[in-house]
Amino acid sequence: MKEFLFTKTHEWVQFLNETAARIGLTDYAQKELGDLVFVNLPEVGDEVTVKEEFADVESVKAVSCVYSPVTGTVKAVNEDLLDQPELINSDPYDAWFIEVDHISAKEELLSGEEYEQFIHEEE
Amino acid sequence: MELKTPLYDCHVQCRGKVLPFAGYLLPVQYETGVIAEHMAVRKAAGLFDVSHMGEVTLAGKDALSNVQRLVTNDCGRMYDGQVKYSPMCNETGGVVDDLLVYKLNQEKFLLVINAANRFKDVEWIKGHLSGSVEFKDISDQVAQLALQGPKSEEILLKLTEIKDIPVKYYSFVERGAVGGIPCLISKTGYTGEEGYELYCKPETTKNLWNSLLEAGKEEGLIPCGLGARDTLRLEAAMPLYGHEMDDAISPLETGLGFAVKMDKEDFIGKKGLEARGEPERKRVGLYITGRGIAREKCTVYFEDKTVGMTTSGTHLPYLGRPAVMALLDMEYTKTGTKLDVEVRGRKIAAEVAELPFYKKEFAKQTLR
Repeated sequence: MKEFLFTKTHEWVQFLNETAARIGLTDYAQKELGDLVFVNLPEVGDEVTVKEEFADVESVKAVSCVYSPVTGTVKAVNEDLLDQPELINSDPYDAWFIEVDHISAKEELLSGEEYEQFIHEEE
Repeated sequence: MELKTPLYDCHVQCRGKVLPFAGYLLPVQYETGVIAEHMAVRKAAGLFDVSHMGEVTLAGKDALSNVQRLVTNDCGRMYDGQVKYSPMCNETGGVVDDLLVYKLNQEKFLLVINAANRFKDVEWIKGHLSGSVEFKDISDQVAQLALQGPKSEEILLKLTEIKDIPVKYYSFVERGAVGGIPCLISKTGYTGEEGYELYCKPETTKNLWNSLLEAGKEEGLIPCGLGARDTLRLEAAMPLYGHEMDDAISPLETGLGFAVKMDKEDFIGKKGLEARGEPERKRVGLYITGRGIAREKCTVYFEDKTVGMTTSGTHLPYLGRPAVMALLDMEYTKTGTKLDVEVRGRKIAAEVAELPFYKKEFAKQTLR
């Protein structure tokens, strides 16, 4: 399995090769948000930009933005999430949001260990 | 600094996500999450800590006449042991608070008020008393648990003598006991389900909480947080102060006409309501038919015209679809009217629905 990297805004990135990656929300994020009931995703062909919002997720209580850790083009979106946003709660590392290719920039990403440490400090 | 209810330690122990609300640290949800808690109340039972609610008493020869002047509903013909819901208006016909009136006897009434309005209400009531009446704010000496859901009665019966369980909706037994703990047992709630609200002394609350959770295990009773309390009341289309009503919104706009008795001799706000005339807007429910979820304070449009504002909104867990309540200009309130709700700059399709969104089917026979 390919390695998961993390952002301080609680997204995960899994690089498929040098210029393509899948993006999702971390387990910590889904727990903090609670039961998710709606997801707004971009469309195939849309451009995403480092540290800019590309999707939003809604729990029963509130809406939260999801930020892109990379700059690139949306190659695929996980349409299962549109009908079953609860997949993000039940299996956050399987519930990818989008697949991006032609990646030209990425933010500084944390390793699993660094992310654990970061959450620990946040709490 | 936030206050802790007597159950703070229990909430932490039950892994509640505790946040400040109306000056108290209260659980928004437990580990089960808002949806599971909501469904437990619809299908089995849920237990809520609502100790933050305020309680005040009016006692004395002129207690009734003071209650009658303060609230818009008619409490004149209540029987001892009856509960009545009522708005309490200001002079202009806006709402100071909405509350429950408990008639203990001809000379003593208990009013249960919103936590967020407690100090405002206390000042307001004190400023409008007349004659022989003693007013007390007993909020700190009273804790409250809400046991809600179709299995509530079954659970309560395990710990309570039948005579202590009120039979009628909106009635209460003043001196009951649950598992040996003295409680005022009231058949009321804020969920749209059958259920009870139990008022007890703060020092006994922990025992009451634990006894109920233990007794209700088989029936599927779980602790529920304020998140589920909000989604349940919204699904049942019950208004919440600060959302569907406030100091400027009249109770008639909120659709509380059933609790505003204009033929009552006099009450604070009667003239104000008369001066306002027929309401020009009204509270409605909207199903969101497009993709998205709308919350409070979203503008509502008919084509390009602004016709009102949402007051509360969420995803309704039992019905499995998003909905809002909104105050709309009268001519756009007909069921089926197609409207748009603006969410973060994007218009989403919505349609006026019949209220309440969810109505309990009382098919079940009581055990008695």
